[in-house]
Amino acid sequence: MRMIRLIGWRLLQVVPVVLMATVAIFALVQMVPGDPAAVIAGEYATADNIAAIRQELGLDRPVWLQYATWLGGAFQGDLSDSLITGLPVLDEVLRRLPNTLLLAVLALLISIVVGVPLGILAATKSETALDRAATSIASLGVAVPNFWLGMIFVATLSLGLGWFPTTGAVPITQDFWGALHHAALPALTLATAGIAEITRQLRSAMIEVLSSQYARTLRAKGLSRASILWKHGLRNVSLTLLTVIGLVFNHTLGATVATEAVFAIPGAGSMIVSSAVSKDFPMVQGIVFVLVLIVITMNLIIDLLYVMLDPRAAKK
Amino acid sequence: MTDFIATPPSRQGLAGRMIGWIFSDLRVTICLGYLAMLVIVSIFAPLLTPFSPIEQSMDILMPPDAAHPLGTDDLGRDVFSRVVYGAPMSLYASFLAVGVGLVLGLPVGVLAGYLGGWVDAVVSRMIDTLLSFPGIILAVAVTGALGIGLTNAMISVGIVFSPNIARLIRIQTIVVKNELYVDAARTFGMSVPRIIIRHILPNAIQPIIVQVTLMLAVALLAEASLSFLGLGVQPPHPSWGQMLARGYSYMEIAPEQMYVPGIAILLTSLAFNGLGEALRSKLDPTRRPRG
Repeated sequence: MRMIRLIGWRLLQVVPVVLMATVAIFALVQMVPGDPAAVIAGEYATADNIAAIRQELGLDRPVWLQYATWLGGAFQGDLSDSLITGLPVLDEVLRRLPNTLLLAVLALLISIVVGVPLGILAATKSETALDRAATSIASLGVAVPNFWLGMIFVATLSLGLGWFPTTGAVPITQDFWGALHHAALPALTLATAGIAEITRQLRSAMIEVLSSQYARTLRAKGLSRASILWKHGLRNVSLTLLTVIGLVFNHTLGATVATEAVFAIPGAGSMIVSSAVSKDFPMVQGIVFVLVLIVITMNLIIDLLYVMLDPRAAKK
Repeated sequence: MTDFIATPPSRQGLAGRMIGWIFSDLRVTICLGYLAMLVIVSIFAPLLTPFSPIEQSMDILMPPDAAHPLGTDDLGRDVFSRVVYGAPMSLYASFLAVGVGLVLGLPVGVLAGYLGGWVDAVVSRMIDTLLSFPGIILAVAVTGALGIGLTNAMISVGIVFSPNIARLIRIQTIVVKNELYVDAARTFGMSVPRIIIRHILPNAIQPIIVQVTLMLAVALLAEASLSFLGLGVQPPHPSWGQMLARGYSYMEIAPEQMYVPGIAILLTSLAFNGLGEALRSKLDPTRRPRG
């Protein structure tokens, strides 16, 4: 019962965030310098063309009315139509989203599976060669432009050794293993930053727990190092891990923009770039809106997991 | 405060202490040395390069030789010259983005933290909202709206940075505003702007300095990504990210051209990160190195 009330309360808190996000997304078109209709129409448009576009997009109406119309449509699942193809934005986004989500989720899993053991290992073997190696890898992973790493992967692993397909994507609904095979290299590319971030954060969190007063008390009570680490350390570090996973997921979703370009994957990330270049503003707004909703949902899930793991957080 | 005990209270002053710090930590010496070299290369680029970075020739995709130490690209331009001319672009981009982030984020964060109440509540929600946007996605969208080009792209990245900076300075401001000296200044009738400038900012700024240094690396990587995607530096002007995009398209003929700009980006971002981490351990007394 308490849990249900808590979920209800968190859901309520999400409402203003979503609303503010829609304001920010709507404001994107207001940021266009000069007359958006003229910008959309292009260099060689006549005054009639511009007027037609202005009327078609409702840019001649008051700003608040434009926003209300857009918001009303958005809640009914209508994110208006693409200026280039004329197709409904939502359909286009949902058609490409699975490719992006597959990459982001796979990258997150790789980051956790590699980063968590690496971080814990570095913390328990603190100030040894192993720790220094782990921290160096983490520093490199944060600093490297990961789309460049993707290019090197393509040059060596795909073209050189032929282990992976170079580009493209296969829908996961059609061919599960084929989809994974295509997604493996781009996901690994995306995961480098996540692995680095999780390793760093987990290492310092674990060092803090292991050198804390209660860890010393447990040691004095006669508990073995291993049981302090696995029973107490891991539980306390899991809260840091949750927070970091939220951040990493957000970053990973953003980084798909460049990675999808490198691997020629028809996803939401590559679509927002082409839409931004061709000034297809409804499309840009639609993609940003859907991605923000995904991040907000992910944050909500993390919030609730946090409460389950840490009873102190529920009391607030 | 242990610093003052460890190093005797000499009469060196701030500049002396800074120089002492730079040379006492090898990591700082290397990072700052590299960045200083980058600045010098940027200023003297015309003297250092044998060719113009945008001059085309018939010698396309030449392997490295004496005249072209890094070969030529698909339009016969000297790759070495283009890498050198990419340095000022990268530095300009990084500092512009961080500058915009500071100009937008600092005042908002300080005011929210200092004033509290409903202002703080509204600003905090706004910060939370903006932080749920995946960074690069928002930067791409804003660049599309403002118009494509390096300056607009980096203003967009700055806008993406601003909620991070606002959030950080807000927390610091809340901590500092409850200090006794701020109360004292207020009872003496000091005006709010003066309290903020004289007392709050100088005492709240340290974590921001660290964060901003680390953000220079993030901005550099963002510039590389955006220029790679064609949203940043426009042809024919060179940028490391854009050179990667070109190099990638003829990777099978001239693979070496894919590596040099990437290494330049990696080293520069390592230098910014190294400097940021060193500043963190220098400025944060709770994170002294163990042992």
